[in-house]
Amino acid sequence: MQNKPNRWLLIKLLSGVVCMFLFALFVMPPLYNMFCEITGIGGKTGGPYQVTDAGVDTSRTVKVQFVATNNAAMPWEFSPKVYQVEVHPGQPTAVAFFAKNSTHRDMVAQAIPNVTPFNAAEYLHKTECFCFNQQPLKAGEEADLPLVFIVDKDLPKAVTTITLAYTLFDITDRVADSLVQVN
Amino acid sequence: MSRRARMLFALVLAPVMSVALMGKAFAEDAQRWAVNMPKGVTPVSNAIYDIHMIIFWICVVIGIGVFAVMFYSMFAHRKSKGAVAANFHENTTAEIVWTVIPALLLIVMAIPATSALLDVYDTSEAEMDIKITGYQWKWQYEYLGEDVAYMSELATPEEEIYNTAPKSQYYLQEVSQALVIPAKTKVRFLITAKDVIHSWWVPDLGVKKDAIPGLVNETWAFVEEPGIYRGECAELCGKGHAFMPIVINVLEKEEYKAWIDKKKAEVAAVRELAKKTFTLDELMAQGEAAYNRSCAACHMGNGEGIPGVFPGLKGSAIATGPVAGHLDIVVHGKAGTAMQAFGGQLSEVDLAAIITYERNAWGNATGDVVQPIDVLKFKQGQ
Amino acid sequence: MAHGPAKGIGRWLFTTNHKDIGTLYLWFSFAMFLLGGFFAMVIRAELFEPGMQIVKPEFFNQMTTMHGLVMVFGAIMPAFVGLANWMIPMMIGAPDMALPRMNNLSFWILPFAFALLASTLFMEGGAPNFGWTFYAPLSTTYAPSTVNYFIFGVHIMGASSIMGSINIIATVLNMRAPGMTLMKMPMFVWTWLITAFLLIAVMPVLAGAVTMMLMDINFGTSFFNAAGGGDPVLFQHVFWFFGHPEVYIIILPAFGVISHIIPTFSRKPLFGYSSMVYATASIAFLSFIVWAHHMFMVGMPVGGELYFMYATMLIAVPTAAKVFNWVSTMFRGSISFETPMLFAIAFVILFTIGGFTGLMLAIAPSDVQYHDSYFVVAHFHYVMVAGAVFSGTAATYYWLPKWCGRMYSETRGKVQFWISFIGFNITFFPQHFIGLAGMPRRYADYALQFSDWNMISSIGAFIYGASQLLFLFNVIRTIKAGTPVSEPKTWEGAEGLEWTVATPAPYHTFSTPPEVK
Repeated sequence: MQNKPNRWLLIKLLSGVVCMFLFALFVMPPLYNMFCEITGIGGKTGGPYQVTDAGVDTSRTVKVQFVATNNAAMPWEFSPKVYQVEVHPGQPTAVAFFAKNSTHRDMVAQAIPNVTPFNAAEYLHKTECFCFNQQPLKAGEEADLPLVFIVDKDLPKAVTTITLAYTLFDITDRVADSLVQVN
Repeated sequence: MSRRARMLFALVLAPVMSVALMGKAFAEDAQRWAVNMPKGVTPVSNAIYDIHMIIFWICVVIGIGVFAVMFYSMFAHRKSKGAVAANFHENTTAEIVWTVIPALLLIVMAIPATSALLDVYDTSEAEMDIKITGYQWKWQYEYLGEDVAYMSELATPEEEIYNTAPKSQYYLQEVSQALVIPAKTKVRFLITAKDVIHSWWVPDLGVKKDAIPGLVNETWAFVEEPGIYRGECAELCGKGHAFMPIVINVLEKEEYKAWIDKKKAEVAAVRELAKKTFTLDELMAQGEAAYNRSCAACHMGNGEGIPGVFPGLKGSAIATGPVAGHLDIVVHGKAGTAMQAFGGQLSEVDLAAIITYERNAWGNATGDVVQPIDVLKFKQGQ
Repeated sequence: MAHGPAKGIGRWLFTTNHKDIGTLYLWFSFAMFLLGGFFAMVIRAELFEPGMQIVKPEFFNQMTTMHGLVMVFGAIMPAFVGLANWMIPMMIGAPDMALPRMNNLSFWILPFAFALLASTLFMEGGAPNFGWTFYAPLSTTYAPSTVNYFIFGVHIMGASSIMGSINIIATVLNMRAPGMTLMKMPMFVWTWLITAFLLIAVMPVLAGAVTMMLMDINFGTSFFNAAGGGDPVLFQHVFWFFGHPEVYIIILPAFGVISHIIPTFSRKPLFGYSSMVYATASIAFLSFIVWAHHMFMVGMPVGGELYFMYATMLIAVPTAAKVFNWVSTMFRGSISFETPMLFAIAFVILFTIGGFTGLMLAIAPSDVQYHDSYFVVAHFHYVMVAGAVFSGTAATYYWLPKWCGRMYSETRGKVQFWISFIGFNITFFPQHFIGLAGMPRRYADYALQFSDWNMISSIGAFIYGASQLLFLFNVIRTIKAGTPVSEPKTWEGAEGLEWTVATPAPYHTFSTPPEVK
């Protein structure tokens, strides 16, 4: 007697459930990442930057610090070549990180960048960064990993020090897995 | 067991007595019976304390008002006293009033809360930076730009935790090496983690920040009073969550200067020591201490591990197999497991001592002696 | 159609009767309540004194995790689903739930889910040990091997909740007696209708969160792993997007129960019915936009913290309106203090205290000191235990005569109330103090300055635990040997359709719908 309205309601509610499930699985993660990149939540930075305006603001100096961290069991030596530089906003600056794979096996690493204070994240542009790619190093091999960055001229006046931190993750197994899948 | 049983008996059956005992203890030791948060020693912790008390007293006043009406009704409008129920069931004016008044009160609360929060977030113009890294289950402090870094681990011995020795005053609040910072200096903390999420909390500094792998958080402190302050990890991080305390030693500026210079000299001395040759007995003695500090949390003091979670070392293939394999796993860790790369955490001497100890303790009689120089060579890929 | 219940075990396995299923839910939730309570006793026994005495730290973490999971998903939620099954059809004049076979299924998959979860205690690697909030990467990369059982269990209990809520929505929307307009529905029905919509919206998000975990652990994706471009903080956002509405899912039906009991024993209609409905709806709405107040310490931009602080403080307004309405209902009533009323009054007092500490926790700067401390533990036990559990107990005493046609012993009921009330406060009030003094939650062992309050808290916990055994005894004793009652209306001041049917309620009620004026 009540079956028809019930069935309709059931279909509507179940599709609501499915939508919410898909929302959690496929919308929330990209939405969150987009949100992070726009607002700098979690100090996330964007991808390669195209220089649009070559002017340099010589009236201001900003300290940029470099920090390196190895995640979990990542055994490489990994450190910035210089700990701190002073730059003018708008001026491209090249620095490097030192990395050495001291183990006896070939490995692949991925560096994840992170900027503090968070509200500076969107004003630190990288035109060239080792973090854009995976970093393979053979057993015993060492390398200087390049980084070129520009501090935006619109950086809020209150920010005088920016810390750019890289965390190095061992992704050798992940890379191997995906190779197996491709083959 | 029997002591606990007696205690239970006494306290459950004689609450009056326990209240009397409490009163006495109250007078004797105020800290043990603390009921409120510490005011702390930084401007931020003071601001937090003030806002906490403001909100608390507003809540108390509202609570007294609401409960007064309620208790009045319970006494005056009892059926047993012959109260006859009125029949009103709405009053728009009253309902608007008690929506608007709380809303206004909230605005009153929000103003000081906002200004306190802006204080907490003001990390600009710090005079020095310290990187804090959470590990399972210890902290690493790194003085950026100074080439000084060390681990800070729980110093309370296992005997105290498992009740075979009396507990000392700073039970579970003492570490191998405290974080040292200067007073009256704005220190910025960069906080991150190696493995899982931890949280660095020192109540007296008004500082708590999550340490998240792959992400660097920042916070700051300006400590006015030199002294020793204690804190703990505040985010569940596995079995050692309760066993990774924080101790901060705040020194006057000049004392701090002397301390950091001494520390730098020590770092150089330890590097020098790595070239010395040690006897098996020396390494075993130092190895046992270092093992208990850095390894026993997982592999346990008796080397048996925790089945299904952390592998045992007693008679294990690694600890009794080739030295190179043993060096590899201790120095480089094992990806995808809780086994960390200790190469960057411990000195060559400690590493050599631990490996030697693991290869000769609990019946692992390999007789191998691993020297610090072997570790150094291994690290350099030779 | 059969006129009475089937005989034997088949009655319970294959039943589609809303009263039978309600009974099953209630007994199941009580069994889970005792199991979760047992875990709590292990926790408090270990924390009785500093030092590790009874369990190892890794097992302690399993206990805190299992206590939270079993209490939230096994005890409180099914208890209110059970009440909904029993009462909603009788309150709206419907013969049964709208989808009776799905109703049977939604119950019977629950014991399976919890058997799965509990079985991990006996497996190598142990039960889940990452807290009921299971933050990644502790619950992914660093999880025990049994984590897949946990994920599967969460999926099943989520499916059960979703089916239960679909059923409740269908029943309320399609099966009301003629004349029962939405704004004439009893408060319990209203709060459950809103709760059911919350469940439909957020249980799939929980399912999504555990699915992402499952894929990260087993299929090499990196939703929560920074190495592959993911972010562990994303997990917390997804979890609390589910988790904050979840706590209102737990408390809203409790509000509904209290809104029945207080008018009954004040012999006066509920004050501000329509504002109660709007307050409930606005609490439900606000629950979706405040989730990150659980994450003030993860490192958010200051603007984000301010927004979540203000939005959270806003919840105080509708919640306060509810408390004022209950107090106004009592004001100038003709109050008597039977056991359900005692529990209801205790609910209002203790829930208000929990609400105040909730307001304090919303203040982002002072949350620096409260976050993840025992202050939080005290706060959520004041709203969950004194809120949901006291309300469930009140509901049981209130409707028990209608369910089984026998009256409980008022003396035993009151004894249980006072032991519960005192035990509860001895347990949880001191936890405010140890939290403020600096003890973090989920600690297996603690520094010496926290010893005394912890010991008192443990003693309170044993008293409170014992009072629940007395509750069990009271209920069984009433069913077996309570004084028989046959008046349709057990309580003088009670209103509503459920009090117009015979006592005990016959197996089928309202086969012909009543006319509501």
